[in-house]
Formats: sequence, structure tokens, C-alpha cells
Amino acid sequence: MTGVLTIDELTVDIGRPLVKGVSLDLHPGRIHGLAGESGSGKTLTSLAVLGLLPRQATTGGSVRLGDTELLRMGRRELNRIRGRRIAMVFQDPSSALHPQLTVGHQLTDHVRTHLGLNRSDARDHAVEMLERVAVPNAADALGRYPHQFSGGQRQRICIAIALACDPDVLLADEPTTALDVTVQAGILQLLRDLATERELAVLLVTHDLGVMSAIADDVAVMRDGRIVEAADRATIFAAPQHDYTRGLLAALPGSRLETGTHLEEDGA
Amino acid sequence: MSTGTTSAGTAGPRTRTRRARSPLARYLLRRAGTSVLLLIGVTIVTFTLTNLVPGDPVSAALGEGAAQNPETREAFIRSRGLDQPFVVQYFLYMGNLLRGDLGTSLVTGRAVTTDLATAVPATVEIAIAAIVVSLAVSIVLGTLAAYRRGLVADQVVRVVTLVGLSVPTFWLALVSFYLFFLQLRIAPGSGRISPSITPPPRVTGFYTIDYLLNGDGVGFLDAAAHLALPVLVLSLVTIGLLTRFIRTSVLEVLASDYVRAARAKGVSGARVVLDYVLRGASLPILTVVGVAFGALLSGTVLVESVFSWPGLGTYAYNSASNLDLPGIMGVGLVVGVIYLVINFIVDLLYGVLDPRVRLA
Repeated sequence: MTGVLTIDELTVDIGRPLVKGVSLDLHPGRIHGLAGESGSGKTLTSLAVLGLLPRQATTGGSVRLGDTELLRMGRRELNRIRGRRIAMVFQDPSSALHPQLTVGHQLTDHVRTHLGLNRSDARDHAVEMLERVAVPNAADALGRYPHQFSGGQRQRICIAIALACDPDVLLADEPTTALDVTVQAGILQLLRDLATERELAVLLVTHDLGVMSAIADDVAVMRDGRIVEAADRATIFAAPQHDYTRGLLAALPGSRLETGTHLEEDGA
Repeated sequence: MSTGTTSAGTAGPRTRTRRARSPLARYLLRRAGTSVLLLIGVTIVTFTLTNLVPGDPVSAALGEGAAQNPETREAFIRSRGLDQPFVVQYFLYMGNLLRGDLGTSLVTGRAVTTDLATAVPATVEIAIAAIVVSLAVSIVLGTLAAYRRGLVADQVVRVVTLVGLSVPTFWLALVSFYLFFLQLRIAPGSGRISPSITPPPRVTGFYTIDYLLNGDGVGFLDAAAHLALPVLVLSLVTIGLLTRFIRTSVLEVLASDYVRAARAKGVSGARVVLDYVLRGASLPILTVVGVAFGALLSGTVLVESVFSWPGLGTYAYNSASNLDLPGIMGVGLVVGVIYLVINFIVDLLYGVLDPRVRLA
């Protein structure tokens, strides 16, 4: 079965090859985890989908949304996909929100463009979105600035922004890494619920297999620009095939897996 | 909640605005208080420096002939309190200052305050026009260069700013005056207006604005035409300075997460520049504009003398070359006040542009 977003043999080259042929299929309502340590190319993979790579980057392979090829799409066309069909949540919500713009502004500007809503309809929509992601006093929150919210609330706001135009795909790049452990679980639960209720295909990029094991349906493990192992969660965690995956699992604190293998020295 | 002053996660909109407004007021009051202290500092510095100047103010004031006469000399010294200790002299000066008396200029024979009242607006008019022009041009050039980093447009902008920074202002003023007035005859001559035109009734002291307030279109065009060349000459240096800075600031902002996030939302390129990038770069730009305005004021001294502009620079030059102590102190004081005003405006704009200053 083909997914809503199909990444096929994607390559990214920035001076040297960094992503070397990655293939992934995202399906509605499923969270697809992409694991791997920093520098493995997992973030570049997600940025390539939305055409957000630096200018000097060259890409190869194919990224298809339904039948539409995204990789060679012009900026104008791409802007109609970004935020509308495919949205993104970033690692650090304190830097992903503009400090000088109100939450309301950042939550409505793309909605007005994509959905053609007027100011007051966009505002009502924004209040609904904030209520859905459980930001307290949603109507009041629109007039406030990012620094007036806690880290967890900021990430909820970012998720509301991402989902405001009801996209098909959500790319979440380390969405809980910058947050306190105490609020991580709440954000993950929110993502899980939203994926199910909105039939959202989620690509969850993280180096944290603990996060992955909590909510991912499928898991792919990346290393050095390649996917070294991909399977559904149960299989990966019960019977990791690849040495590298076993190493990552063994590195989990309190891991129940006794693999006897350790992360080999990384020369790359 | 990251704010220290309020735990208003649950506070209603009313309480929030009322609470949020007081920090800005407090911030501005604090700045105003600092400004007053600084102003007193400025008076001490100008007074001390002026009195340290080697040279005989008595001879300068009376003229060599009269200063030879010991009785005249004695009378002058006593009448000005010059026989008093330094500190007493300072308080005499401050007392006069608070009454709005800066003394009489030895050069013009008029009260220094009267002279400054016409000179200051003449200079401020040039300076404001120049900073507006420079800022507009620099924002466009700097943003363009940042977006086209390493490409042809970036290189062209680099050359333009380099020229702007390396060409000496007085040379540029002379050459442009020669070229556009004497040779091409497209620029009007020196001064603020043509000799055939009467100055506008004084309201603001800015000729362009006063002509407009008076409904005098001809006068306005003439004043604006006279303003054009000195403003362009002054702007070129400032454009060089600001463009480079803005390019750097914009590059920094372009690399930020919030710009990437804005792009990921599908916000159009123009909206990203205006709403996200330039707003993000506005705080560092504001800081450097304050500094640039100061540099621009010192540039006016050179430009004013080339274009015979009756402003603060010309007045300062005449006072200094004639050892006109009241005039020199008046200029020093006014320049100090102008800097303080600029700094206060910059602080105020910080509060306007940055909610973290305004609300935190």
C-alpha cells in the first residue's frame, strides 16, 4: 500500500553526500519514527521534504505527496503545500516562535493565506486550535507573546500553528528534546491523539528511542545517511536485526533488552 | 510561566493589560531619570573643557586693544565672575543656564540661544532627512545582499558600501557641488533657500515643514531642492555603514528557527521578509541607527561649510575659530542634549519593538 507521503531513494548533498538514498512511506493516522544519532541525516530528510534545505544543497530521488512530486517544485507552488498539506514542528519552541509577534499573528497569518479566511474567522479558528492543544485561556493567549508562555505551552502553540490548516502530513523534528522531561509525555500524548483523530501521517524525527517506543507505530533507524533497519515498533524493539539498532537500544537507560552488543566506535 | 512579574497564566485580559503597562512606564521613567543625570554630566564636561582651553577669553571678548586697558579688563572679569573660584563659576553658569541664558556670542553679538534656535533646526533637518534616506536605502540593499549572499548582487552592494565608506565626506561634498551646481546646473546653489525667496514664518524651524504648513508650494520645492544634495552627500557614508550592518543582521535572522518555521508554514516570501526577517533584525538595526545618527551629526560640520548651510556645524566652526566661549559651550551643550534625546528615542523604540522589554 502506498502512503500519503512517499520518500523514494532520497539523496541530499551539501558539499558531500549526507543523505544517501532514504525511502519511507507515511500513512494516515500512523506515526513513523525516524531514529538515529545527530549527523545521521534524519533532520535533513525532513527538511528536504518541504524544500527547506540550504541553497547550496542538491537533492536526488523523489518525494511524492500523493501523485505530486515535491523535490523539483517551484517556490510558489511549494508555498501552497507548506503549512497546508505538510506542516512542521521544530525542536526548540522558544526559537521557532518569533519573539516580537503575538501568538495570534503567528497562528493566523498562514491560515488566512491558505484557507482564505478573514481576520475574525481566522481568529475564531485560532482559538479553537489553541483549545484543542490545551493552551489555557485560548482567547487571551492570542494577544500574548511567546516569552509569556512556558516551554511546554510554546510547543503546544507550535503544534497548533502546524495543524491549523488541517494538513495531511506532520513532520516533527525532535519535538520534545528541548523540553523538560515532565512535560515531554504530555506533548507526545497530544501528538499521538492528534495523529489518530485527524488521520494525520506523522514523521517523528528523534534521537531518543524512549520517545520513539512511547508513540511510534513504525520505526526506521538511520545511520550515516542510510536507513539501516525499518519495521513496526514491536518488531524493532523485540528483535532488532541490526547491530547498530541493538546498540541504540542498549544505550537506553533502564533498557529491558539484553543484547550484549554495544554501540561500535563511530568512525564516520 | 517565564515572566517574573506575574503568574498570569490564568489572569483575565483586563488585569493583564493593566499590569503589563506599568513596566513600560517604569522603564521609560528610569531612562528619563538617567537622562537628567547625564545632562548634568554634560554641563560639567562642557564647562570644564571650555575653561581648560588655552587662550585668553578676556582678550578674545574685548579685542586686543581694550584688553590692554587694566581697568576695562578688571571690570570685565568682575562682571563675568571670572575672579570667582572655578566651582562658583560653574554654579553661576548653571544658574544662567536654568534661566535660559547661554550668554552672548562674541561672533554674532546675539544671544547664543537665539543663534542656536536657528542653527539647530537647520542641522537637524539635514540629519533627519539623511538618516531617513540612508535607512530606506540600506534596508533594501542590506536585505538584498543577505538574500543573494555570495552572488552578483551581494558583490555589487559590497562595492557600493565600500565606496560610501572610503570616500571622504568633504571631498564628496566639494565634487558634487562642483559637478551638480557649477557644471550641470541641476542643483540649486548653497544655503537653505534661494536668495530670491523669503524664509517661511517660523513654526518648527524646519524650512520644508514650515513652508508646507504655510501652504507655500514654491518655497517647499526650493527648500527641498537645497536640501537634496547635502543630504545625499551625508547619506552615502551612513548608507555604507548601515548596509553592511543590516546585511549581517539579516543573515543572522535568516538562519533563525523562526524564519525557517515561517517558511515551513507557507507564508509568502514578501511576508517572511516584512513580518519575520526585518522585524527580527529591527532591534540591532535600531541600535546602530542611534550610533549612525551621532556620526552623521559630526559629518554635517564638513558638509555645512561646503554648502554654506547656516547650521550647528557652521556655528561651531565659527565659534571655535574665534574663541567664542559662550558659543562653544552652547554648541557643546546642544550636541550633548541631541545625543541624549537620540538615546532616549532609541530606548523608547526598544520598548515599542520588543515585547520582552515592554512586558517583562
